[in-house]
Amino acid sequence: MNLTLFVWRQKNADAQGGFERYEISDVSEDSSFLETLDMLNLRLVESGQPTVAFEHDCREGICGSCSMSINGRPHGPKKLTTACQLHMRNYKDGDVIYVEPFRARAFPVVKDLVVDRSAFDRIQQAGGYVSVNTGAAPEANANAIEKDKADEAFDAAACIGCGACVAACPNGSAMLFTAAKVTHLSLLPQGQPERSARVLDMVHTMDAEMFGGCTNHGECQEACPKGISIKYISQLNRDFLSSTVKKALSLRGKMQSQ
Amino acid sequence: MGLVREFYRSTVGKKMAMALSGIVLVLFVLGHMAGNLKIFAGVDLATGDYKIDDYGRFLRAMGAEMLGHSGVLWIVRVVLLACVVIHALTGIQLASLNRRAKPVGYEVRSYRSANAASLTMLYGGLFLMVFITYHILHFTTGTVHFRGFVEGEVYSNVYSAFQNYGIAGFYVVAMALLALHLYHGTWSMFQTLGVDTPRWNKGIRTAAKIVAVAMFLGFSSVPVGISIGALPAPIAQAGTN
Ligand code: FES
Repeated sequence: MNLTLFVWRQKNADAQGGFERYEISDVSEDSSFLETLDMLNLRLVESGQPTVAFEHDCREGICGSCSMSINGRPHGPKKLTTACQLHMRNYKDGDVIYVEPFRARAFPVVKDLVVDRSAFDRIQQAGGYVSVNTGAAPEANANAIEKDKADEAFDAAACIGCGACVAACPNGSAMLFTAAKVTHLSLLPQGQPERSARVLDMVHTMDAEMFGGCTNHGECQEACPKGISIKYISQLNRDFLSSTVKKALSLRGKMQSQ
Repeated sequence: MGLVREFYRSTVGKKMAMALSGIVLVLFVLGHMAGNLKIFAGVDLATGDYKIDDYGRFLRAMGAEMLGHSGVLWIVRVVLLACVVIHALTGIQLASLNRRAKPVGYEVRSYRSANAASLTMLYGGLFLMVFITYHILHFTTGTVHFRGFVEGEVYSNVYSAFQNYGIAGFYVVAMALLALHLYHGTWSMFQTLGVDTPRWNKGIRTAAKIVAVAMFLGFSSVPVGISIGALPAPIAQAGTN
């Protein structure tokens, strides 16, 4: 099939970007969206033009690096599908497709379709971990975990940190990502010791990274290639509130005798 | 105090402040709407007064033994005003944060779940502030009533105001916008306070729809009822207040 692509081209973070129009012919419907971009790049190389920069790694929907918005939708039109897993059979001959980088203040464009998503790493570093002593491996069955809890935690842990939620959110909010990361640890016994500090620190870091606030549009849930539910945002809110209360009632510090 | 400030500084804390003040406001609006329906109750045959006028007197006299005339009413007014101020200031702060977080949009914009209600919360809210101000000047103080406003004569004040189709129409439109705001706001506050779960979600969404529709129909019934002549012209009252 033949397609018209409008691809966002931007030399570097400070340069003024703009759309470039490319006609691309003989696209196989069995190829993926990234393969179509590969094809485009091959032709650009042949004609001595600079190639389109885009991020990719696994190409099997698990690493979360193929960040791009296709016709205004992060990862394209298909639900539960990353751009690398998006087949061209979702398009038809003559289609016009706009390809843009993920848009959010917290995700500055590095080049063309590549954005800097290191703000996510900093949210993670603020509390997205559990402390485990090195040395002897802990006894595997020491911690009994309810099946329901394990499943809920696992669903949250399916987050690949691709940033589609932020890209889809009209407010550029990272609540779905943060909620998934906070909750998948907070639901498990291993995550309990740091539970309160985790949610407070991660939310404050999220705000400091200039992500917006959640206004419950629900776009993130629609865009998430891993189907993370906004129920985790509700859970994060609940945790944030109870952790604040817990902190207020903390017994640390001294009291006066009189 | 440090903890409160830290809590409010976060977007999540701000949203909780919005949700809590929102709950108070929704409950007030529900009560207000129910009270308005008394206009259809007609005249109390024993006293010859309109029931809605009696209801107005009751609101002012409420708790008079303890807090003096209109005492309770003033407490309610101050609490409501505080809620409006918190709700509005926080909402504006969040909206500007959100706008900063998304400076560039997409060339092709296609929303999948964001809707007219969720996307217009700020504008709807700002409009409602203007409307509330007008509404208070219109029916509480009578400043912009211009059609023979008499304090305490609720029925005749409302009746004469809505003789003008423009004013009646404006109220109906305002109530449609209020309903839109409440539809998103009502479910949103449950989600924000973290009490929304998959088990309750459907019920909460339905409740939000019912609240929105009930609010629109209940409030609009008064200007519409008067405009189409379903309510009789006021009788001259013997003794006003
Ligand atoms: S390239 Fe790894 S998820 Fe798409």
